[in-house]
Amino acid sequence: MIRLFKVKEKQREAAENANGRAPVKKQSAGELRLHKDISELNLPKSTTISFPNGKDDLMNFEVSIRPDEGYYLGGTFLFTFQVSPIYPHEAPKVKCKTKVYHPNIDLEGNVCLNILREDWKPVLNINTIIYGLHHLFTQPNHEDPLNHDAAAVLRDNPKMFEVNVRRAMAGGYVGQTYFPRCM
Amino acid sequence: MDNHNSVSGENRWRDLDKLLVRPGNIVGPNFEPGPQLRDDLQAYAKVLVVGAGGLGCELLKDLALSGFRNLEVIDMDRIEVSNLNRQFLFRLQDVGKPKAEVAAMRVMERVSGVNIVPHFCRIEDKNIEFYGDFNIIALGLDSIEARSYINSVACSFLEYDSDDKPCEETIKPMVDGGTEGFKGHARVILPGITPCFECTIWLFPPQVKFPLCTLAETPRTAAHCIEYAHLIKWNEVHGGKSFDADDPEHMQWVYSEALKRAELFGISGVTYSLTQGVVKNIIPAIASTNAIISAACALEALKIATGFSKSLSNYLTYNGAEGLHTKVTEFWKDNDCLVCGPGVLIEVDSTTSLQKFIDLLREHPTLPISKPSMVHRGKNLYMQAPPILEEMTRSNLQLPLFDLMGRIPKDVIHVTGTVTLNDRKTSALRKLRIVFKGNVDGVADMDMAGGA
Ligand SMILES: [Zn+2]
Repeated sequence: MIRLFKVKEKQREAAENANGRAPVKKQSAGELRLHKDISELNLPKSTTISFPNGKDDLMNFEVSIRPDEGYYLGGTFLFTFQVSPIYPHEAPKVKCKTKVYHPNIDLEGNVCLNILREDWKPVLNINTIIYGLHHLFTQPNHEDPLNHDAAAVLRDNPKMFEVNVRRAMAGGYVGQTYFPRCM
Repeated sequence: MDNHNSVSGENRWRDLDKLLVRPGNIVGPNFEPGPQLRDDLQAYAKVLVVGAGGLGCELLKDLALSGFRNLEVIDMDRIEVSNLNRQFLFRLQDVGKPKAEVAAMRVMERVSGVNIVPHFCRIEDKNIEFYGDFNIIALGLDSIEARSYINSVACSFLEYDSDDKPCEETIKPMVDGGTEGFKGHARVILPGITPCFECTIWLFPPQVKFPLCTLAETPRTAAHCIEYAHLIKWNEVHGGKSFDADDPEHMQWVYSEALKRAELFGISGVTYSLTQGVVKNIIPAIASTNAIISAACALEALKIATGFSKSLSNYLTYNGAEGLHTKVTEFWKDNDCLVCGPGVLIEVDSTTSLQKFIDLLREHPTLPISKPSMVHRGKNLYMQAPPILEEMTRSNLQLPLFDLMGRIPKDVIHVTGTVTLNDRKTSALRKLRIVFKGNVDGVADMDMAGGA
């Protein structure tokens, strides 16, 4: 290819003072795949999505979920999504911004959902994750606890669990922990 | 390196000349043996080395000793004590200095005639023209993200002719090395000809991620304790402050928390270096693996530049864990690859509105695509969903596509939509090479209907 290199060097010298190409924003393969995911979103009822950085930054967005049945009916829960440039090789980072009394979500907003970590596969997509999160509210489970206390109450005393969830969502204390209102 | 003889003395190029001056049988296309070739290599070949770590140090030294004289190196890191065992260009007194600068200086001191320009910055800090200047890009990296980024940059120079054949003069060759402990790979990427990094991203195994609830409830290994401290405990204690893996204080904190947790559950094996390894996902680097892989990469760079031998086709794996195993596999490129593939060439009149263009796509002979969402250089031109984005992009429908694409006479856009194949509707993401006809400022000659 050395002959090509020579030609290029000449061209480069010739073009030295000419206008270069406009600076190009490189789009990663991850951004393109995410573009596909987002443009095909089919959200569960009463779930909304927003893009705090405007229409051209899809890599950071927020999803608000309003469960339509179960213990968490009436609450609104906000999640942030951070998507990496090598998506879908790597799962998005998802955090719950609403403080919630939930066996699978801790008080820092970490979420225990298998498809976000150990069971993530590149064929899954943003829609799958949102449905997975939705499912966490309709079917909280005590077998994968992140909030140990909430999980134990759900397992041993579902009635009490329901009371605690209601109290937390209305804005109040469960044990020593205060939960801001989210209804 | 024998300073007073082989590196600067009379017979300095004896070995290189054996490759470049004599004819051969298994040579590359356009190989023209002779002393001129070595002179040209030294005068015209310009190589960028990405990364000045374990692989990068080796690459710089190997390329310099192979006759390349115009090298540049880019790395954002500073030298740490733990680098010194294998990043052989660095000394104890260099700790804290930029790797790129020290590596460039050391190789220039030892190999006369070579010029190495260091760049102490992130790869994203350089604009596209910077990368356009090099004939070959050699990658000595340890992250998928960085490889993916450089790959997309190198592929963006690629243009196709109207028959969807890659234009040779736009191909930006890459040689990529990677090592993990006793294993490594060396590959040649000629965008448009051999598979690019995205064509074969599945070659990289996904990172192991432990379930958070295991970390929180039932840790069984030292790594579980470390990830607990890193992912759960850190946020609990530090609230909004984000964890920085390059901050030794942060790492020390995670280490001591992991140790406490391991004690609580009677788990052994938490060490500081394991903590670094788990948090940064590093596998211990072995100097000899780096040397072998870099040598293979430097040789491929020399082959690409001079054609003295056919290029590796196209992926070499090396395993020195038990005995030695090495193998070359020829992977195939993905013709539909969004990064290196040709995409579909479409000519459009410069006055065409976005809505009209969408109608055209639906009727297009080779690409009937309906309900398209479109993105151009990171700008969403139109989104079918979700409603909030549809609303934000709807007003674009009435504007000329040419204006929306910044009045660039030819460029690439990506389209997601529904295609019908054998009466079945499937969703697809496609690359389109748009070429504008009609009144496009300053471009008279449209024969080169390409677009990166
Ligand atoms: Zn590709």
